[in-house]
Parts: sequence; C-alpha cells; structure tokens
Amino acid sequence: MNIASHYSYWATIFLTIGGLYIVIARGNLVKKLIGLAIFQTSVYLLYIAPGKLIGGTAPIVAERFQVYSNPLPHVLILTAIVVGVATLALGLALVVRIREAYGSIEEDEILAQDRDES
Amino acid sequence: MVLLRHGATAWLLAVGISWVSLGTALALLAEVSGGGLISYYLGSWPAPWGIEYRVDAANAYLALIVSVIAAVVAVYMRRSVAAEVPHERHYLFYAMYALCLAGLLGITVTGDGFNMFVFFEISSLATYVLVALGRDRRALMASYQYLVMGTIGATFFVIGVGLLYLMTGTLNLADMAARLRDVTEPRPVLAALAFITVGISLKLALFPLHLWLPNAYAYAPSAVTAFIAATATKVSVYVLLRFYYSVFGESAVFSALPMGGILLALSLAAIFIASAVAIFQGNVKRMFAYSSVAQIGYITLGVSFDSATGLTAGIVHLFNHALTKGGLFLLLGGIALRLGAVRFDAIGGIGRAMPLTSFGIVLGGLSLIGVPATVGFVSKWYLVLAALERGDWWIAFAVVASSLLAVVYVWRFVEAAYFHAPDARIAKLREAPLSMLVPAWLVIAACVYFGLDTDLTLGGAAAAAGELLRGPR
Repeated sequence: MNIASHYSYWATIFLTIGGLYIVIARGNLVKKLIGLAIFQTSVYLLYIAPGKLIGGTAPIVAERFQVYSNPLPHVLILTAIVVGVATLALGLALVVRIREAYGSIEEDEILAQDRDES
Repeated sequence: MVLLRHGATAWLLAVGISWVSLGTALALLAEVSGGGLISYYLGSWPAPWGIEYRVDAANAYLALIVSVIAAVVAVYMRRSVAAEVPHERHYLFYAMYALCLAGLLGITVTGDGFNMFVFFEISSLATYVLVALGRDRRALMASYQYLVMGTIGATFFVIGVGLLYLMTGTLNLADMAARLRDVTEPRPVLAALAFITVGISLKLALFPLHLWLPNAYAYAPSAVTAFIAATATKVSVYVLLRFYYSVFGESAVFSALPMGGILLALSLAAIFIASAVAIFQGNVKRMFAYSSVAQIGYITLGVSFDSATGLTAGIVHLFNHALTKGGLFLLLGGIALRLGAVRFDAIGGIGRAMPLTSFGIVLGGLSLIGVPATVGFVSKWYLVLAALERGDWWIAFAVVASSLLAVVYVWRFVEAAYFHAPDARIAKLREAPLSMLVPAWLVIAACVYFGLDTDLTLGGAAAAAGELLRGPR
C-alpha cells in the first residue's frame, strides 16, 4: 500500500476533478460537454482498473492459467460508454439547435438574450 | 413507434402501453401487498450473477404512481401535443414518451445497482429530448442545463455504485447489503454513500441542487411537464430510500453520519426558500415548478425523521404530490392550448372564460396548501404527527407555517383568474377540449377522493415504509 501503487486511482481522481472543473468554469457550451465527457470517462477507469490483475488472463478455463482478470467491469463499462456516447450526441445536437435559435454558443450571451426578452 | 412513422398510430400504441403497465402495476401491488416478494431473473441467470428484478411493497407502490400518471397523461397528450409539437415530429415524441416511461418503470423494479444507472439514463435522455421539444427557444437551454446537471448526477451515482462494487464484488442490491456487513474498511463505503446521496439529490432536485428544475418544467411541452413533474423526481426519491434503507441499512446512514440532520436542514430550506421564490414568479408554470422544489422538501423532511411515521408521510406525499402537481400541470396545459402562454399578466379573468379549468387549479392549489379533505392535508397531517412523535414541536410549527407561503402563491392565481375583468382576448376563449379536461379532472378528483379515503394510499405507503424499515433481507 503506497501512493505509487495506486496510480490508476490518482489518474481517475485527476480526470474526475478536471472534467468537473471544465463543466463549471467554461462558458462555451461545447467545451462544457467536453468536460462532461472527460468526467464520465474517468468513471470508466475507476471501474476497469481494479478488475485487472497483473499476470491475469481472460477468464477462460484452461489448465495453464490460474489467475484471471475480472471481466464484469469491462461489460459494465461497455454499457456506460454507450450511455456516455448517447449523452454526448444528444448534448451536441442540443448545442446545434441552440446555435440556430440564439446565434451563439456562449452561455453568458444566451442568458443575456433571455433576460432582454423577459 | 419510430418505424411506424405515423403520429396517431404511435399515440394509440403509447396509450395501450401505458394502460397495460397500469394493469401490471396494480396486479404487482396486489401480489406483494401481503408482504410478499417477487423476484424475476432476467435471462434466467440466477441472482447475484444475473440481473434480478425484485418487487416488494415499496417499489410496487412507486410503479403504481408512475403508471397511473402515465395512463392519464397518455390519453391527455394527444390534443396538447398536436398544438405544441410540429406535426412531423409526433411519432418521435410518442416514442420518447414510451422510452421515458420504460426507464422510470425499470428503475422501480430492478434489483441491480448498475441496471438502475442504465435505466436512469434511459429515462433521463428521453426526458431531455422531450423538454427540448417545447415551443419556446428557452426550452433548448433548459434541456441543455438539465442534461449537464442530470449527467453529473448520474455519474456521481455510478461512481458510488462502483465503489460499492469494489468493496463487495456484487451489484445485486440485496446481495450487496448482506456483504456490506462484513466489510471492515468503512471509508470507501462512506464515500460511496456520499456520492450516491449527492448524485441522486441532483436528480430529485433536492435544494440547493434544484437549479435545472424550474426552467425545464416551465418551458417543456405541457404534457411533458405534467408527466415528469409527477414521476421523475418521485422515482429518484425511491432510489435514495432504497439505498439508504435496503443497501446501507439504517445504522450506517443515520447513526454513523448526521444524515438526518443534514437532510432536515436542506428540506426546511427547500420548503421555505423555494416557496418564497415561487411567490415572485411571473410565469404560472414556473411558479408551480418552484412549488415542486418545496414539495420535494416535504418528502425529504419525512424521510429525515427516520421513523415509521415520518417515512410513511414522505412516501404518501410521493403519491399525493404526484396527483396534485400532475393535475395542476395538466390543467395549465389546457390554458396553454387555448391561450398560448400562462403568464400571470396574460390570464386575468380566465376564471370566467374557462371555469372548469380554473376551478380545478384552485382545488389543486388547495391540496398544495394542505386544506382538509384534500390529499395535501393527509401528507401534512402525518408530517406533523411524525415531528411531534420526535418531540420537535418547532418542526411541526414550521410545516404549518410554510403552508401559509403556499396560500400566498395559490392566491396569486385566484386573484388573477377571478378578480380581474377578462379582456377581449380572454373573453372569447372556450373551455379546454374534453380529451384534456376529463383526464385532468380525474386526477384532481382523485386528489379529493384520496384525501377522504386514505386506505389505498396510506396503506400502501405504510406497507412500503415497513418494508424499507425492515431492512435488507
């Protein structure tokens, strides 16, 4: 148990915080979505990294192998990737529509237009 | 439905699906009401390896709420959608509606943590699309904000489930609960609890994580507002309860951490601040959206008491608020159909042009306030009882005092509808079409009926609370 042996967790934490920061700090709607994608990607790492054992193989029963990696996280993350892609696609489609309706993809400009209207 | 490419057929299919799921939910509730448990192994893989669908008194009750509202909204939405959504998109609208319903029902019946996340995303993605179909261009921005917040919430939830999976090696909720008892390292479990709480709180719009809700409700098409206001947040509350009671067990949640206190403070803040903000809204739909945030506060207030009475109050308010808010938004949809907008300055004197609609909204408003003989009264009565049971008379006082804020914002509608002379535009308006008025009035009538006859609602809620409090089995 030392810090270096858990480097995958450090990478996960860095990606999570970084992605979340981009979502909050950026005003550009596309950049926000990129941050959101990074944030979601960090979760894939969180699931997959602990499933891998060094020296482990795919879980196929055979005589020469005793150590198997856990296949379940991969399957789960495959589903999560699909969800992530769908979310990103929908988000980008919305940004296209927003750009058509407002002529801008900067959050502050859009909110200013809404304020003028109401 | 997408393959059909025909709006009317897709609508018939959506109605059929909704009514079938209502029948199924009723049958499920009847089956488990004696304390039974139905377990179904998806793909015949036995739990805990395969995905298990697990229905007990708690989630059968939730499935009933969702499918009752879905069945009513399905009938209602034809005219409303015809007016608010471009014709060529009708079949897509109904497909999204069915997808959203499938996701919500899936969340209620599944007994698998990761499966729950997937259903969450199915229903949420469908909801984002439905919200974005609103006529106002602000609907797009509301949908975008909802998408960002909702995705952050879902991702937090899945991080929490992931941590639990790392600690227990299982995703089946019942199995997870059994294995959590043997976990000696508490820190990752507490982190998981925190992630799940924050993630679900975003989804259920617990104050101060409610910022996506008012715009999404205000600018979505009327039928969508009624549907998601009555179901989406309720289902999220159920997930929170399921994790608190059935997975972590009461001890970890309420004694190891001051969760009860935190939830109590946030609930009271939601009730007072959101009600106060509601008073100053110019848009009627937005006002009732803020009122939803406040009403969710009442639900979590009941949960935070951590007693049988408190939990019963919270769960019965899930049902009651679904009826009240569903009915209100359905009636407002009628005004939106005839008038195009539901701003206070535009609806002066509408009580004379659309008497049935306006009177229904007033009845719904009375239920929000908690006047006796409406469902709102039943919830508040039990909340006050639960507060007094704990000896916290000041909370009971706060619940009653907060109703006064509801009086103020409901009065704003009464004043606009009845005490203003209708202008020429309002005076020509006709009552909403029957296909919209009848479903909406059914819901409002149910508000009054279940305020008088509480056997089904309160009995179901008490059984659900008992099931949750018994803990994992």
